[in-house]
Amino acid sequence: MTPAPPSVRFRGTDSYLTHEGLQAAVNCALTLQRPLLVKGEPGTGKTLLAEAIAQALGHKLLTWHVKSTTRAQDGLYVYDTVQRLYDSRFGDGDVRDIRRYIRMGPLGEAFSAPERVVLLIDEVDKADLEFPNDLLHELDRMRFRVTETNDEVAAKHRPIVVITSNNEKELPDAFLRRCVFHFIDFPDAELMRRIVDVHHPGLDAALADQALKVFYELRGFTRLRKRPSTSELIDWIAVLKAQGVSDLKLDENLPFLGALLKKEQDLVSVAEAFGRGRRTRA
Amino acid sequence: MFLPFFYELRRRGVKVGAQEALALAGALKAGLHDSSLDGFYHVARALLVHSETQLDSFDQAFLSHFQGVETAGLELTQELMSWLEEARDRPQLTPEEMALLEALDPEEIRRLFEERLREQKERHDGGNRWIGTGGTSPFGNNGFARGGMRVGGKAGGKQGMAMMQAGARRYAGYRDDLVLDTRQLAVALRKLRAFARDGAPDELDIDESISATARNAGELEVVTRPPRRPNTRVVLAMDVGGSMDPYAAVMSRLFSVASQATHFKELRTYYFHNCVYGKLYATPQLTGGMTVPELVAQVGRHHKLVMVGDASMAPYELAIRTDAEGRYKADGQEGLTWLMQLAQHFERNVWLNPEPMGSWRSGSIAMIAQVFPMFSLTVEGLGEAVAHLTRGRTVKGAAARR
Ligand SMILES: Nc1ncnc2c1ncn2[C@@H]1O[C@H](COP(=O)(O)OP(=O)(O)O)[C@@H](O)[C@H]1O
Ligand SMILES: [Mg+2]
Repeated sequence: MTPAPPSVRFRGTDSYLTHEGLQAAVNCALTLQRPLLVKGEPGTGKTLLAEAIAQALGHKLLTWHVKSTTRAQDGLYVYDTVQRLYDSRFGDGDVRDIRRYIRMGPLGEAFSAPERVVLLIDEVDKADLEFPNDLLHELDRMRFRVTETNDEVAAKHRPIVVITSNNEKELPDAFLRRCVFHFIDFPDAELMRRIVDVHHPGLDAALADQALKVFYELRGFTRLRKRPSTSELIDWIAVLKAQGVSDLKLDENLPFLGALLKKEQDLVSVAEAFGRGRRTRA
Repeated sequence: MFLPFFYELRRRGVKVGAQEALALAGALKAGLHDSSLDGFYHVARALLVHSETQLDSFDQAFLSHFQGVETAGLELTQELMSWLEEARDRPQLTPEEMALLEALDPEEIRRLFEERLREQKERHDGGNRWIGTGGTSPFGNNGFARGGMRVGGKAGGKQGMAMMQAGARRYAGYRDDLVLDTRQLAVALRKLRAFARDGAPDELDIDESISATARNAGELEVVTRPPRRPNTRVVLAMDVGGSMDPYAAVMSRLFSVASQATHFKELRTYYFHNCVYGKLYATPQLTGGMTVPELVAQVGRHHKLVMVGDASMAPYELAIRTDAEGRYKADGQEGLTWLMQLAQHFERNVWLNPEPMGSWRSGSIAMIAQVFPMFSLTVEGLGEAVAHLTRGRTVKGAAARR
């Protein structure tokens, strides 16, 4: 395996805004060659971070989206037995060549890539409890054997691994100890203003101010089932812009509230709390 | 070296050890902290903390350890400055330091601290000897507190950011030692997870394919089956109104977290007050919801029923007769009978009780414990309850409700 690249520092990109805490964590992960574990509320830019790192460092990004049934083995490779069986039945292709039926998973692909890549393991907490530990094993060894062919796949370049978790499920201690950790805070108004600027350059300043004010007021409203996040704010502003809205106030007439609040119940609570006593339209 | 800072962290429950020390040493050697206290704060936090629940303790440890800087109004001592610069050149922990770090428990650390503190007070020399280092030690509260060490005047500018951030205590809300141990409860709950084969048959069933092929005189017969999917379905019913409210709040949060985290197929949450009188309500304010007969008609017997309540009431309250809407009716069904109807419908059911087990042998608790297997609302009790809920099927009626 090649040694660590000369110390390039990550400082965010034009379209991904960071602050020192996150940069320090990314740079620790890069330097120490450890996986970076990022947690935080939905919409705090966890998934986007991996893309930003890839872009900033000029590496390819591989994404492994974890589901509740995902096993660590799936990340290495899958042996497509069904295809092989069908081929043998219908006499298609050379069935004796098992290699034709070995498909690399994201981890396998990252290991066998000819150059360093960024590997995003998204939403690791979705899978079984054993998954993170199994994963750790593969990440530590940086090599695995395809049992069907007895080929060994060893990483030529240790991939830059970014792992995200949605903050709900506990991860095993051994796993946590191996990772560099960062908890992305929900952006404060100032950072959010910059994020909005990235997505809506040249947005009318007065509208931006009002939209942010209403957004944070809504987030402070404790009865919400699901608080609006960054992506909802960005979508909402897009709608406001498209519809030429220029004046905003948090009441039951707030335009396109549905873009911010996704739960019917939350729309009702907001109407109740901020309405002016009038019955709201259904 | 940063050993005293590590001890401060350990005293506050952040379990840093040799692995963390090595990582931090490596990062400092690479100069990731840019020789600034601010940089050190971020680098140390990324490497020493593994969960948002520890961020607050980290901030507190950082504050108290670098106190001298803070009270001097964002000044930085010469000593600290030079240490941060030198950290690049001598970042390794000695083997003795590493051993100490691994071996010491928090009590011992406190004792050693006090010992060293006394020693340093006596020596009046600016304290350049910390535990086991034998070299200059920049850290330790007292190092800064003594006169003659400080470079006065210069406001730290950017240097002060870390102290401000640590001082803001932004992560206090994420601490996990405030409530009854909900994290452990959550872990216990996750074991409720079960699977069933469901959906399109797109997974190869090897065993079946082999036997089918054999039956087919060797002509290949591929058999597929639906993949395994999460199949946990839970009905949660909680006693609210009065002393049970805090438990209900915790339990409903726990279950909804468990439900999201492990993808329950279904989680239904209901509320009642004291006893079930025909109806289970959708809100803690006892509105909405459905009657027991409606629930039983809608929901299969394989749902797991979890009742949460103190089961403590005047015995006559178990005998109050109501109709299914919860209205008092002389010819209605007794509260206890409504409970039995639930217990009989759901193959797997438990009652979680926060009352101490000692009080379970008499009164209404004892009567309800005849109807539902009762477990205490503790980490241990919940573990047992989950085991009971997930154990293999029993023949209906065999348990005979003791
Ligand atoms: N730091 C940031 N800079 C720019 N855009 C951001 C940032 N954080 C979040 N966003 C916006 O929020 C959206 C959601 O981010 P995402 O990475 O999907 O969040 P998460 O994975 O944490 O749920 C992104 O598509 C982007 O539009
Ligand atoms: Mg995401």
